[in-house]
Amino acid sequence: MLDYARANQDDILRWLGYHAWLSALPVVLGLLISLPLGWLANRNRWLYAPLVSIAGLLYTVPSIALFVILPGILGTKVLDPVNVAVALTIYTVALLVRVVADGLAAVPDDVAAAATAMGFGRFQRLVSVELPIAVPVIAAGLRVAAVSNVSLVAVAATIGVPELGQLFTSGFQLSYVTPILLGIILCVALALVFDTVIVLTTRALTPWRRAVRAS
Amino acid sequence: MAAGGARLVIGDVAAWLTTAAHWQGEEGIPTRLLEHLQYSVIALVIATLVALPLGLLIGHTGKGTAVVAGIANSLRALPTIGLLIFFVVLISPHVRGKGDAAYLIPSEIVLVLLAIPSILSNTYAGVQNVDPAARDAASGMGMTGGQVLLHVELPCALPLIMSGIRSATLQVVATATIAAYVSLGGIGRLVFDGQNQQDYAQMASGALLVAVLAVLVDLVLALLQRGIVSRGISRRYAVTTATGEAHTADALGGRITEAA
Repeated sequence: MLDYARANQDDILRWLGYHAWLSALPVVLGLLISLPLGWLANRNRWLYAPLVSIAGLLYTVPSIALFVILPGILGTKVLDPVNVAVALTIYTVALLVRVVADGLAAVPDDVAAAATAMGFGRFQRLVSVELPIAVPVIAAGLRVAAVSNVSLVAVAATIGVPELGQLFTSGFQLSYVTPILLGIILCVALALVFDTVIVLTTRALTPWRRAVRAS
Repeated sequence: MAAGGARLVIGDVAAWLTTAAHWQGEEGIPTRLLEHLQYSVIALVIATLVALPLGLLIGHTGKGTAVVAGIANSLRALPTIGLLIFFVVLISPHVRGKGDAAYLIPSEIVLVLLAIPSILSNTYAGVQNVDPAARDAASGMGMTGGQVLLHVELPCALPLIMSGIRSATLQVVATATIAAYVSLGGIGRLVFDGQNQQDYAQMASGALLVAVLAVLVDLVLALLQRGIVSRGISRRYAVTTATGEAHTADALGGRITEAA
């Protein structure tokens, strides 16, 4: 396997970088989109049910279908990586809207009231009190989104997008197990890296949780 | 391929889907739909037969939850398409059978492996989440362990079990599409044949059919769930979800796995 990796080093590194980019970008975009949406769904409870149902419906659509249908809607080429990025952003938003709304809903009322009493404006209270408290819940959703994105990006190789999934498709064409195993290992490693980054970031953002644990 | 813009493409897809010839014969849409359902049902039945009793046992006894949760979570990180191709390349040279057997057997193995974690983890989480008071009351009434499991824990856990089965189903239906890449039938055939023939209308029609199939199958299971879950339980379950407390990591993860 090492020989194979060395012989195809350039391709594999390029695919790895591309794969990482294609899985990470949608997580960031998805988070940026679902924070305001989740906040809206939490503030206006009548919005919660329709938003969560639409999200569930979007989540039901298989990724390969989305990869293929999106070019027809966006006017992009079938092989355009933009389709993959948009599709995964949709999945991430579909997953996170509910998580953000539920995370914000779980902020205790007396905490929010205390912040208001201390003179926090609505936006300031959201950013410096409610969101930090919701961080662990949102992070749990982000971990799932990031890990499953890595697996979903690989699917796009079947329609020719160049990423780590190319190791699977070329392994299939050659009936050769080595690149396939290498691809699985690299995908799992990539997922693990994302997961660790999110866990460490969460820990850095929530110092009070460590304080409780230490005491 | 898609250079013509959105409107043209939608017209092409509509034209492809309404062409009578595409609905007939061995490569027609009904045949592909049936194949797709057949692959999915086989995998789901096997996975349920394995995961449901095991999950009930683990939830009832509380033994082995850490191991199972760990395995279920790490399976989530495995790329499904990689796993599928790995098993096909590994197994298919050793399968001697007629027709699709060389591709069908490894594909079914992967589909079963994919379906097991969400059914298993939702089942044991469902049993463990049963109100201890209900369990105690059942034992107090003289029920044996087996009776408590079958008549109290199983009905109470049914909503979570069903949501696990629905997640598993969506994932299996989605992955069965990719199975067409390794020469199987099913609706994925339209996607990959369309790709080979540079026929975007066929590709998009296949994608659309898979999306509709997934939504319909989930709808059928949702109706089934409504039918078999006791009303007293589904009402209580609805109350807990409304306050946002029933979203355990497992329930959350269960919804996630489905997006292959």
